[in-house]
Amino acid sequence: MRIPGLNLQWKALPGEAPAAIAAVGEWQWTEAARLVREGGGRLVALWGADHRDLAEDEDEYSVYAAYAVKDGLAVVELLVPDSAPAFPDLSGLFPAAGRMQRALFDLLGIGAAGAADTRPWLRHGAWPEGAFPLRRDFDAAKLPPNAFTDYPFVRVEGDGVHEIPVGPIHAGTIEPGHFRFSIVGEKVLRLEARLGYVHKGIDKRFEAFTVAEGFRLAGRVSGDSTVAFAWAYAQAAESLLGVVPPPRARWLRAMFLERERVANHLGDLGALGNDAAFGFALAQFMRIKEDWLRENAAVFGHRMLMDLVVPGGVARAFDAAQAEAMIATSHAVEREARELRAIFDEHAGLQDRFLTTGRATPELARALGLTGLAGRASGQACDLRVDFPAVPYGELAVRKAGSAAGDVAARVAVRFDELLESLRLVRAIALAAPDGELAEELPAPRPQAFGVGWVEGWRGEAFVALEAGEGGMIRRCHAHDPSWQNWPVIEHAVIGNIVPDFPLINKSFNLSYSGQDG
Amino acid sequence: MIRILRQIARTGLVSEAAPPPDEALRARAPEIQAEILALLGRALAIRQVDAGSCNGCELEIHALNNPYYNLEGLGIRFVASPRHADMLLVTGPVAKNMEPALRIAWEATPDPKLVVAVGDCGCTGGIFGESYASCGKVANVIPVDVTVPGCPPTPLAILQGILTAVTARAAGG
Ligand code: SF4
Repeated sequence: MRIPGLNLQWKALPGEAPAAIAAVGEWQWTEAARLVREGGGRLVALWGADHRDLAEDEDEYSVYAAYAVKDGLAVVELLVPDSAPAFPDLSGLFPAAGRMQRALFDLLGIGAAGAADTRPWLRHGAWPEGAFPLRRDFDAAKLPPNAFTDYPFVRVEGDGVHEIPVGPIHAGTIEPGHFRFSIVGEKVLRLEARLGYVHKGIDKRFEAFTVAEGFRLAGRVSGDSTVAFAWAYAQAAESLLGVVPPPRARWLRAMFLERERVANHLGDLGALGNDAAFGFALAQFMRIKEDWLRENAAVFGHRMLMDLVVPGGVARAFDAAQAEAMIATSHAVEREARELRAIFDEHAGLQDRFLTTGRATPELARALGLTGLAGRASGQACDLRVDFPAVPYGELAVRKAGSAAGDVAARVAVRFDELLESLRLVRAIALAAPDGELAEELPAPRPQAFGVGWVEGWRGEAFVALEAGEGGMIRRCHAHDPSWQNWPVIEHAVIGNIVPDFPLINKSFNLSYSGQDG
Repeated sequence: MIRILRQIARTGLVSEAAPPPDEALRARAPEIQAEILALLGRALAIRQVDAGSCNGCELEIHALNNPYYNLEGLGIRFVASPRHADMLLVTGPVAKNMEPALRIAWEATPDPKLVVAVGDCGCTGGIFGESYASCGKVANVIPVDVTVPGCPPTPLAILQGILTAVTARAAGG
């Protein structure tokens, strides 16, 4: 039933993520995408793997697409022969596939047949054309020197049209990327981003880790989402190992994830106020956030909660006194957040900057696959904690935030709603987390065992696909950040806005460069 | 406006009542500020460059700007252009795709410039190491004066690294 209308042999993947995988032929690959699209489903991730050394007859690669459908995650796998390494383009049905396909080609040399845009995406010149880092016969020692290449941006012609190039290094302390604005007067006609600057070869790097240890790298795909990715990784590892984490560990993971959500929302709300010339907000939110991070360090030993979610369970817990302290802090933060929200709402200057700015309409959001927090602010009512609640979210009955306005104001409002809800969850978990063990022992992985993980981080869905190799090592791990889906939407949301509003619009999405660059 | 004033009144001046870990720093603040002034005759200008970080280090550098650390009070500020900077604060392993931009930023920074590499990645390449896509540690690409280990290092550790670089420069003339 995963994709109604297609008769596929679904194999359920064990574990926390409600997922199944099926092999497809070329025709079914396209048909699956079409049926998911028609059924209102979403493309979550697209990636590939080199299986030529394992194939029995002709050498083969695998290309995978993971879709969010009614009953969970539907992963389809298409085998692609070495003699013709290509697969049917999905970007016509799912525009977000475009950049993922370009990245897949840069890394693995398998192209999307029929795709309109085949410019390199992650390959800026660190490795030459015709070399593919994720192929198993790739040899990094034989690479020529780094030869940075220019990028063929799309040009906008016309009277009075100017181009403004920005980046890769920006004025503030933010991650690098290049933005090319085409403007008339102050109005943005077109924005095109070139990303990939912080590509550091994470997918390849996973091959140097064991399945048991890879969580550390997963937790650094995007540092601001370390819990979300470590949890998604742990789910994938547990799925392929057949391990079920103990109940206490599952509640603690939710505690970490909600604390991560609170920290990021606090930081973003302050920065958004600041970008709208309201420096008071920044100082207040940064102070509250600092208190929050210090409590993370005091209770769990790390300000950003890195390396706490491990395959099989968690590395740290809290005691009764710490539970009480966290409940008290959460109440205090809630009081301040409500006060600050009232200040935001009453502040005419802020509202003027936020309302109607950087709008992504629900139609645009649906067409482009806008996901996570930004999606919910544009009428896309998806939240894995509600739609497919893993333990303990079913019991906690998370309230889904949302708005159909799609502007900066809506993304601010959704952040406030989710901040308050996460503060409630932190208290609920502190009160109700069951006693018991923190982690299960891990068995040795079976070579080629496969699992996935899927977690609603503060920004959106963190997805991890994991395949074991020989001797407990990782053979292939793909970590997908929701920023892949959302970056292209910013390019639309800024059209018609003035250039000075770009930092505010960009911050209101707050997407990860590291997460998309990989 | 009333609400804002009320909130300010309730919060007080946070940087004056920093919790224990910052006590030493607070006590030393006038001394640090004097040192920076003696050396530069003005505030220390820092240009931050993310050369390939996971963004974790950036979050802690951001935190440095919160009221607890009172950076401006110490005579330190972040600037937008390397041309106005005394110091580059570099995070991440240097992604090969960022290698040219980092070199350009370094060349644009006027002499005598200081470089502080922040985080395990900046110090050694960290968890990402050297690869087809990563040059590894910052010192593989530009000269580094001080390294600040940690993943990510705490804001206090980053601040200490910045001060170490300034003090060493002062001592060395
Ligand atoms: S040191 Fe740690 S936090 Fe900093 S960039 Fe490296 S992995 Fe991220």
